[in-house]
Amino acid sequence: MTNSSSKTSLNNFLLMLLVTGVVLAAPIIFEPFGAGYPDLLQRFAIFGIFAVGFNILFGLTGYLSFGHAAFLGVGSYTAVWSFKLLTMNVVPAIFFSVLLTGLFALIIGYISLRRSGIYFSILTLAFAQMSYNLAYSVLTPITNGETGLQLSLQDPRILDAKNIAGGLPNTNFFGYTMNQTNTYEFFGTAYQFNVGYYVCGVVLILMFYIAMRIFQSPFGMMLKAIKSNQTRMKYTGFDTRPYLIWAFVISGMYAGLAGALLSITDPLAGAERMQWTASGEVVLMTILGGVGTMIGPVLGAALIKYLENIFSAINTGELTRMLSWVPEGMQDFAVSTVGLFVGDGWHLTLGLMFMIVVVFLPGGIMEGVRRIARLFSRRKAGPVEPPRATNIATAGEGGA
Amino acid sequence: MEALLLQTLNGLDKGGAYALIALGLTLTFGTLGIVNFAHGALFMLGAFCAVGMNELLTISTKVKDESITFFDAYKEVPILEAKFPVIGPIIVDYSVPLAILITVPLMLLIGWVMERGLIRHFYKRTHADQILVTFGLAIVVQEIVRHYFGANPIPQLAPDVVAGSANIGSWLGMSDNVVYPWWRLIYLVFALVIIAATFAFLRFTTFGMVVRAGMQDREMVGMLGINIQRRFTIVFGLAAVCAGLAGVMYTPILPPDYHMGMDFLVLSFVVVVVGGMGSLGGAVAAGFLLGILQSFAAMNVFKTIVPGIDQIIIYLVAVVILLFRPRGLLGRKGVMDA
Repeated sequence: MTNSSSKTSLNNFLLMLLVTGVVLAAPIIFEPFGAGYPDLLQRFAIFGIFAVGFNILFGLTGYLSFGHAAFLGVGSYTAVWSFKLLTMNVVPAIFFSVLLTGLFALIIGYISLRRSGIYFSILTLAFAQMSYNLAYSVLTPITNGETGLQLSLQDPRILDAKNIAGGLPNTNFFGYTMNQTNTYEFFGTAYQFNVGYYVCGVVLILMFYIAMRIFQSPFGMMLKAIKSNQTRMKYTGFDTRPYLIWAFVISGMYAGLAGALLSITDPLAGAERMQWTASGEVVLMTILGGVGTMIGPVLGAALIKYLENIFSAINTGELTRMLSWVPEGMQDFAVSTVGLFVGDGWHLTLGLMFMIVVVFLPGGIMEGVRRIARLFSRRKAGPVEPPRATNIATAGEGGA
Repeated sequence: MEALLLQTLNGLDKGGAYALIALGLTLTFGTLGIVNFAHGALFMLGAFCAVGMNELLTISTKVKDESITFFDAYKEVPILEAKFPVIGPIIVDYSVPLAILITVPLMLLIGWVMERGLIRHFYKRTHADQILVTFGLAIVVQEIVRHYFGANPIPQLAPDVVAGSANIGSWLGMSDNVVYPWWRLIYLVFALVIIAATFAFLRFTTFGMVVRAGMQDREMVGMLGINIQRRFTIVFGLAAVCAGLAGVMYTPILPPDYHMGMDFLVLSFVVVVVGGMGSLGGAVAAGFLLGILQSFAAMNVFKTIVPGIDQIIIYLVAVVILLFRPRGLLGRKGVMDA
């Protein structure tokens, strides 16, 4: 470690301060981008948690898993069952989701981690598809198949008071209902502060802190060592399996937590969350943001969710309005070409962005930021080898 | 007994598709060392070649409809049928087999472009990078197809002469009620022919010998002075053609839609892994085996024992094989054992 411990703890403190500040002030910060509404902010936080957890596995150990969507699904279903059987309070839901997903991850990880590399990826892929198929058609008493698991009035919520009023109760955190939004006006713009978002945001801050501590712990260093040369580690006498299994279980629990939060903010759990292509989405987020970095995955998750919600909502009418500055003759052409990439075609933009990032900037956004910073810094001279998407962040870079 | 026969045929049929796709995948993995997540997209492109061919052949013009007399009505009639009243309808009817004529050159071209433009730069990168970039490419291809052809499945019809069912019962001495669609039998034979052709190509031509040598030891082949790079492009094109042909002829069985690539991708990887990464014979054998297993698992006899077994049997088999025999059924020992 080249940094002295006090410098690292200062860096950590500043990073945590930055993250806490941005998360708490998000309804204000994101409003000018049209992204200040509760639903989107909740998704930023939830998928941020998911990506941070995935990064612990992929970024630190280099093992690419396509099965995390299954953990997301298990987390969601457990949370909804907790709402149905126990109480609408979110705390037991979160607790049981994380617990069950951790167990599930333990079983899957124990089997999958017997192989490495491409075989591991295909094993996780097989498990994800198996879970999806089971959830969709076989385990329908538990998961309700295609229609998804929903709350109903007949649920025996054992720990809750009797529901006298009609209508489904809302998820709550010791009395504060999740969908309660307070809107305040500052300088003519309305800002929405939503309880559900703040619960997700606080959880994000907490999980980010935990991930940061993991990155900088001896455990984290072992994982990075596994990524850089697993055979050598084994030769020096370390048994790598427990570390790998722990990393897998931890990242699985993060995914389960994200799934639980998804159900908390919207008490419905569907099977399509468990398809392997949903796992592909979190891989995209992590790569886009920067594998192995701390903030990267959160940035990647926020960017992709933003594009998903904002880009895909731009239909032809909006597009024509946005491109009204284009000269008359070119306007139709401009609208039809740009129209390929927005609205329904935003998946195309996503795929292209993904390819461009993997080909040219494998370190993701954080790599881009680092390169730009290097342009302005005169201290380092000479070419530096660009990191690959699957390469290790050096030991000295413990921070963002 | 009849049910068994029908399910075996179903399995062989599906297995034929799996085997063809897995063959292409193993070719690229064994020779080039590339994990290609866009292979499912190539299968899908082949299927959409059939759709495109159909649209091409049925470019229509307005012709006066004689059957409606109180006003001037026009109906859409394909130009081929209007200009050539005898041959035209036959050509339109046979659009799926005729699509093979455009699929082969088109898939060769697409494979060539993919290899030269993208895959070539990823030989030296890690498997994870290859997976990621080809996954991205698969998404892009899928979206382009969805943009032009729409999101709904577009059913294609087999030629009329083979649209019915064959009376296999009578061939095999069973009751006359046992029937099986002609087209599926044709597909099975077609898949076997293509597989045999690929194997013959690899075994009996000089080019094939170089490819087989490259599969065993790529560097050595380069050191012997053979320009392996150009051979790679052709091999990739060949793999693309295999996948495309599997897709084109499958269209009457499964209506093509833009998502079928991803669905078949997982299955084809499972097949390749079960057969042994890098073993062509293994890929084909595993394809047919898994197809048959999947069909048998769909029989009610087994479904009552373990409900939903048909959905998960393939993955269960893959997990078991990956754990206890990681080189697959016919893989070579020492290749990717870790």
